[in-house]
Amino acid sequence: MKKELKVSAINNGTVIDHIPASNLYKVITILNLDKISNAMTYGSNLESKKLGSKAIIKISDKFFEDEEINKIALVAPQAKLNIIKDYLVVEKKVVEVPDKIVGIAKCVNPKCITNFEEVTTKFTVINKETVDLKCHYCEKITDQNHLVIK
Amino acid sequence: MKNRSLVSISDYSKEEILKILELAGEFEKQPHADLLKGKVIASLFFEPSTRTRLSFESAVQKLGGSIVGFSDSSSSSTTKGESLNDTIRTVSNYADLIVMRHPIEGSARFASEISGVPVVNAGDGANQHPTQTLLDLYSIKKTQGKLEDLNIFLVGDLKYGRTVHSLLEAMSMFNPTFNFISHEKLQMPKEYKLFLDKKGIKYYEHEQFTDIISRADIMYMTRVQRERFSDPIEYEKTKNTYVLRNEMLKNTKENLKILHPLPRVNEIHQSVDSNPKAYYFEQALNGVYTRQAIIAAILGLK
Repeated sequence: MKKELKVSAINNGTVIDHIPASNLYKVITILNLDKISNAMTYGSNLESKKLGSKAIIKISDKFFEDEEINKIALVAPQAKLNIIKDYLVVEKKVVEVPDKIVGIAKCVNPKCITNFEEVTTKFTVINKETVDLKCHYCEKITDQNHLVIK
Repeated sequence: MKNRSLVSISDYSKEEILKILELAGEFEKQPHADLLKGKVIASLFFEPSTRTRLSFESAVQKLGGSIVGFSDSSSSSTTKGESLNDTIRTVSNYADLIVMRHPIEGSARFASEISGVPVVNAGDGANQHPTQTLLDLYSIKKTQGKLEDLNIFLVGDLKYGRTVHSLLEAMSMFNPTFNFISHEKLQMPKEYKLFLDKKGIKYYEHEQFTDIISRADIMYMTRVQRERFSDPIEYEKTKNTYVLRNEMLKNTKENLKILHPLPRVNEIHQSVDSNPKAYYFEQALNGVYTRQAIIAAILGLK
């Protein structure tokens, strides 16, 4: 039996699969997908054995640099990328939590300068497995449970 | 160190820290009254801190420099709604170096990134206060003749006290043994104990003052702040448990010195003040020499 695609295939571009359904919009924000004009389809609340409920994004004619795509590891650590050329998957990629996070996350410390003035947040990832972020400014730790995407 | 801001004690290497302490010793012996002649230091205190401000201003004036600035934010443009960004960008046109105290954490790092001149952090909220740490190190070195292999007792509020955290980090370069004495609610946070574990530094935790203090080379006392307790009765009890009295010092080491970042409330009884082991007022004087050294080193004058 032919497996039916819930989100239609693309000719050229990138498919981001295995996004936790609840974090779809965060991924869109982090990658600035709401600000580009490429054709894009996405599906959410799709069945997934791994995640229970997943989301998928297909973006035509868009190819990401590793540095850019790794930013989504904060909210979609199990995300898988398929690079499509002529309807064929030419490359598969997984995301990796980067060493530094710039301008995506909010510092959990309400007394941090980044929550008072226009300052781009900067964090050092001190634990990649648990995703603990150390603020470059106030030096406090923001853990995954308190992670808020700007 | 030249032209580099001092925001956090970890900005300086061990060698740079030792260089500052050596310079501070030089300033203690020789006043160098003209070193800062023609230099303007901005002293921006967005929250009042009389002790720290006077210490910095005394350091600048002893070196012949001049000071511009304000002693609390009500007398600055902050009350008109000016951002820190704008204040720093403006003031860095007027001064050769900025000394800044600010209640918001991380404000000093931010200021150092946008300022055209070096910034010395004189305290950013509960975060860092590196000049206090350097003057503590100077006081320890001066009284013990060395920094290595000392038994350091930290007493009082070890949970929130930023001075004890920075001192712990800095002293860890010199193979110390630590003893922590505090109420269970004010214990040294886990992250600092993990830091010591990683470095293989020994530490012991106590909830009471006992004979153990006879092992101390340095006893660093801190104030237990009322606002740390939701229950006022709990505060009153705790406050009175960790009071150091003169008779408790009977069997302590000859070389023991008692330090305190000041202001104190009641954690050191006044009867201790006349004991030669009390060192907290001299420690405050050392702050002036240390700040002279920091300013001179950053401006490249020494």
